[in-house]
Amino acid sequence: MPAPDAAAEADSTSLGAAAGRNEGELGAVVRHLRKNRTAMLGLGIIALFLLCALFAPFIASHDPIATDLGNALKGPSVRHWFGTDELGRDLFSRILFGARISLGIGLISVVIGLVVGVPIGALSGYYGGKLDLFVQRLIDIMIAFPGILLAIIVVTILGVGVENVMIATGIASVPVYARLVRGSVLSIKKLGYVSAAKALGIREAKIIFLHVLPNCIGPVIVQSTFQIATSILWAAGLGFLGLGAQPPTPEWGAILSKGRVYMRVAAHLTTYPGLAIFLMVLGFNLLGDGLRDALDPKSRKY
Amino acid sequence: MVGYIVRRLLLTIPVVIGVSILIFAIIRLIPGDPAVAIAGVHASNEYIEQVRKDLYLDRSLPVQYGIFVRNLFRGELGVSTMSRRPVATELRERFPRTIELTLAAMLIASLVGISAGIISATRRYSLFDNLSMLVALFGVAAPVFWLALMLQLLFAVNLGWLPATGRGTWRHLILPALTLGMATAGLIARITRSSMLEVLRQDFITTARAKGLAEKVVVYKHALKNALIPVVTIMGLQFGILLGGAVLTETVFAWPGVGRLLVDSILARDYPVVQGAVMTLAVSFVLINLVVDLAYAFLDPRISYQSQESE
Repeated sequence: MPAPDAAAEADSTSLGAAAGRNEGELGAVVRHLRKNRTAMLGLGIIALFLLCALFAPFIASHDPIATDLGNALKGPSVRHWFGTDELGRDLFSRILFGARISLGIGLISVVIGLVVGVPIGALSGYYGGKLDLFVQRLIDIMIAFPGILLAIIVVTILGVGVENVMIATGIASVPVYARLVRGSVLSIKKLGYVSAAKALGIREAKIIFLHVLPNCIGPVIVQSTFQIATSILWAAGLGFLGLGAQPPTPEWGAILSKGRVYMRVAAHLTTYPGLAIFLMVLGFNLLGDGLRDALDPKSRKY
Repeated sequence: MVGYIVRRLLLTIPVVIGVSILIFAIIRLIPGDPAVAIAGVHASNEYIEQVRKDLYLDRSLPVQYGIFVRNLFRGELGVSTMSRRPVATELRERFPRTIELTLAAMLIASLVGISAGIISATRRYSLFDNLSMLVALFGVAAPVFWLALMLQLLFAVNLGWLPATGRGTWRHLILPALTLGMATAGLIARITRSSMLEVLRQDFITTARAKGLAEKVVVYKHALKNALIPVVTIMGLQFGILLGGAVLTETVFAWPGVGRLLVDSILARDYPVVQGAVMTLAVSFVLINLVVDLAYAFLDPRISYQSQESE
């Protein structure tokens, strides 16, 4: 049986070594990422939307929910850059504020997916056996529903509204993380340093969360970037179907759904919100592609 | 191989049971009286009581679930509160139309995606390669309902070439199938390209070229066969995604399939139809994945051995 101080010492050195290696690794990843022009374009798009979301009240030319029936369904002009909707509301201002909602849903749903999915995947992969078998069948059941359908079911039960959309898209992303982390943990737990940590008598919880999980972080970050994009698409889809954000909330999918009725007379009401969703999703996808290449030493060579 | 197939078949059973429990739970998790949810908000008190008695809603949950499963096996999925027609009849009518749309979308996606991917891989960094990868990126990031509306605006409203909504002739199928297949086409193109590039770097390709085989034979006979394995996997997985996407596409194009039925019934709080539609989509997704996995085991025997090892 190892002496407690020896275990602690070994613990701290392995952590120190891991931290040192991670720094070198991180430097290489950042360097590789900065050379990737499309990834930087994606980051730029995300930064632009983030600024829009943060400073929406200062940039917006109008109140996003103030109606002006005399100016309804006007095309783009100097006063209304993206035109007005059926109630005379300024579309540019509504899209700016919509960036808050879409980014918020994307981020929070990923946080829900991470907080629930990562521990499930880690425990299932690390302990294996009956626990793993049981958890995997539960995940199988969740995966039996194509993502957006699972989100639709959750919204059907919880009711409509932005908060419920966050929960619904979050739940729908749980199986993705659980599967991903389980797979990584399965391969990592076979490595020598995990057996060494076990032999030193380090508590299992500590092994899982301090020694195994940090090494899964690469794929999790890549997946999270893509998952934000997917959640934004799901949320906009729910809004479009009338199952998401409710009027007068300036959510992009909901704006599109309303604007669709006036497509023949005011096409700008469908063009601009869709373009906004597309650009935001594109931004996260480009960054995700870049991160995946940067974190994969194999592809770095090419 | 046989072991793998048996295992894979057995694994489907708990999934289908789980799906049925979840669908059974939907009505009971919604705040309020499940009998009202099933009978409809506007139903008479007598009818609500009738439903409560028929489905044993006053009994324990396991008994209720037993009744639910018995009814499922009999094909009794309840009665729509909107149309007053049996849910099973509605689904039988609408399901083939969803499959029709999904298959058409998959056909377009694989034709466009695979050919674009091959050309891109063989003419890497050419104008065609850059353009098609740009379009592929667009297809993956564009929301399907927006794409639907833009195509409607262009081809139906402005050019007047194709009908904007509805179902009937093959011309009605083009826009919805194109919309639904766009994202999948982009994905297939990207995967075909990278898989082809991977295979073209391998030694047996160099050998084939060294033997003096025509480039066409090398690309289409030697490389393509091996490069298509990951593409086939993605196509299988995408089938389910397409079923999910059909919910949005059918709504925009007024395509009378299961997806549109689901949305309409959720908005109208027609819960028996919600249950039936969700069940139909989920079970077909599970079955499609089963078929893909089994087909894959035949195509690539390494799979069944690998999955046994990892257990």
